[in-house]
Amino acid sequence: MTLRDEIQQVIDGEPVAIFMKGTPERPACGNSMRALQALHGAGAPITAVDVLPDPRIRQELSALTDWPTIPQVFVKGELIGGADITEELFASGELGRKLDEALGADREQVVKTVMVAATPA
Amino acid sequence: MTTMVGETIRTLLEESFPGASVDVVDRTGGGDHFHVTVGSASFEGLSLVEQHRLVNRALAAPLADGSIHELRITTKGHE
Repeated sequence: MTLRDEIQQVIDGEPVAIFMKGTPERPACGNSMRALQALHGAGAPITAVDVLPDPRIRQELSALTDWPTIPQVFVKGELIGGADITEELFASGELGRKLDEALGADREQVVKTVMVAATPA
Repeated sequence: MTTMVGETIRTLLEESFPGASVDVVDRTGGGDHFHVTVGSASFEGLSLVEQHRLVNRALAAPLADGSIHELRITTKGHE
């Protein structure tokens, strides 16, 4: 599977995915931290991918999404935005509503980190 | 104080969004962390993701060459 397929699989398969610098335990960038805090605040389950180990992750992701910066947050496969939009949607209450609609109000708040890497054919 | 990069950002945004209100803040004073606020009628009917894409596209050059290290974006339709 190509790296791009791996990335797409995370986006499509995880209820809430965040591509970030660092991990939820150790965010390595203020913007990734802001997006995480908004997700936590809205009671989102979080599947995180650290883009730092391999610069190609970020290149492939941005090519897929037409979005140049990190972090990028997805709910059920849909890009909802970067740190600014995620914060804005949390502040207005819309993020919570979006998550309720997509995942139900009694969702579990599991936080995990997954790795993406191209697998040799 | 206005930095050169800040002025470039303002010019690019004003060219891309004619008639828009444009505010550029150098958040740290270091000349590479900016918060831009753009109010433009051209945002009406677009999702926030689409609105931010347009701003990112307008600033693609300074984003790509590293003169913008960090960019915060706020977009508004015209009141």
